[in-house]
Amino acid sequence: MMQIYADNAATTKMSRTAIDAMLPYMETFYGNPSSLHTVGQQAAEALAKARETVASLLGCEAREIYFTSGGSEADNQAIISAARIGAKKGKKHIISTAFEHHAVLHTLEKLRKEGFDIELLDVHANGMISAQQVADAIREDTCLVTIMYANNEIGSILPIPEIGAVCKEKGVLFHTDAVQAAGHLHINVKEQNIDMLSLSAHKFHGPKGSGVLYARKGIPLTNIIEGGAQERGKRAGTENIPGIVGMAAAMKEACEHIDEDTKKVSALRDKLIAGLSKIPHSILNGDPVNRLPGNVNMCFEGVEGESLLLLLDRDGICASSGSACTSGSLDPSHVLLSIGRPHEIAHGSLRLSLCSWNTEEEIDYMLEAIPKVIEYLRSISPLWRDKVENRKEFILK
Amino acid sequence: MALYSDKVMDHFMNPRNVGSIENADGIGEVGNAKCGDIMKIYLQIEDNIIKDVKFETFGCGSAIASSSMATEMIKGKSVDQALELTNKAVVEALDGLPEHKLHCSVLAEEAIKSALKDYYDKNGIEYDKALFCDHETCECCGE
Repeated sequence: MMQIYADNAATTKMSRTAIDAMLPYMETFYGNPSSLHTVGQQAAEALAKARETVASLLGCEAREIYFTSGGSEADNQAIISAARIGAKKGKKHIISTAFEHHAVLHTLEKLRKEGFDIELLDVHANGMISAQQVADAIREDTCLVTIMYANNEIGSILPIPEIGAVCKEKGVLFHTDAVQAAGHLHINVKEQNIDMLSLSAHKFHGPKGSGVLYARKGIPLTNIIEGGAQERGKRAGTENIPGIVGMAAAMKEACEHIDEDTKKVSALRDKLIAGLSKIPHSILNGDPVNRLPGNVNMCFEGVEGESLLLLLDRDGICASSGSACTSGSLDPSHVLLSIGRPHEIAHGSLRLSLCSWNTEEEIDYMLEAIPKVIEYLRSISPLWRDKVENRKEFILK
Repeated sequence: MALYSDKVMDHFMNPRNVGSIENADGIGEVGNAKCGDIMKIYLQIEDNIIKDVKFETFGCGSAIASSSMATEMIKGKSVDQALELTNKAVVEALDGLPEHKLHCSVLAEEAIKSALKDYYDKNGIEYDKALFCDHETCECCGE
């Protein structure tokens, strides 16, 4: 049976390049970069080189790169740091959006309990936020705007350079969670007016447990992890050298191929969206144009996401859903609710996230398999029967 | 997937008693679309015996498996025996459910009770109202 991995927004398979780059730093150059001896200094050199690589790919200086355990840690540190800077000046208003990743939302919730005024901007039905919304929301006491580069569930790409320009003009710190964007979209923090940015290696074929916080020089960071003097004293703990080296190698490879990968992957994406849109009573989530190259997210009325995923897994398709049942909570995805999908529809969501290793053949297979599974689940659904027999109204046309 | 036992997966992948019964003697429906699960049970009852039972379910894997198992457990049983089916017995028969999925088994028990209540009501049979869940206050949805 065909096995199709279509959950690249969750995590990716590591690239051969990244694995090959990492191995020497486990087997041969395994030293601690803080050690004075040769083995340690070999590791220190690799660390410095990786920092240069990542900095050049983001368009910043090496000293502005802080290696972290991943995107979540970077988000936490960026937001907490900006809040501490703001609080010193008596500024406690933070602007974000309703559909951020929980690494951002939960950190903001913690700050709310500390007395910060957290304002979450409404998301348009197509999954977008405008720079004008940000401009209108900024106040005298705003200390931070934190808005994701691209949404992890519905794939919409936000107007980050424009939002950055608004923040720059008003003198407000701007952080973006670029976990889904890095390695997939052209990022340049200087040109795009980004003060702080988070990214994670495992979203672009790098290793798990390795991420970056970029912070423009002059922004004093608050430590999340205390201990040694690593990362300019801002992130304690012996550096994850294999992870950092693997991340730099994966990021370089991904960034060098952005244009060709975008062309290939978005063509597969559009074919998949076009095919799945033929399923009656379905809808695409997110913007059809300003969309991550690999992201497909649709809702199908009358089916529940978890059972859909289990049956797709049976058919060899690895996907994900924003249904409540897959998250272990009572409510379905906050992202789908933020763009106005009713609970019932949000429960029936399916996210397929592609990468350049997916093939046309796999898309054809999915377009065969998915409609059948949906048809079956609808055939055993009392909700679907009520709609077909006109006892309840269809929500999706 | 290791989330579920082999029994749950078997009943999810190959559900028993799926469908509906025309002119059923009792029909029960519980849950709601907002919460992401609805179960509907159809009963055919002759001489106080459940001759046939069918279900339709909108919901997750454990909801479909719980419906399948619960219908298997009451098929051929007397109405009184069916009334004694507990969600705990359904969970045990499925070799367990994850903690956050236990409400699916509760829904299965309630769907069957709701269908039996409908049967009693349709036939003017007296019954102890305390035996049945009052859906106005039940916590299926945490609301």
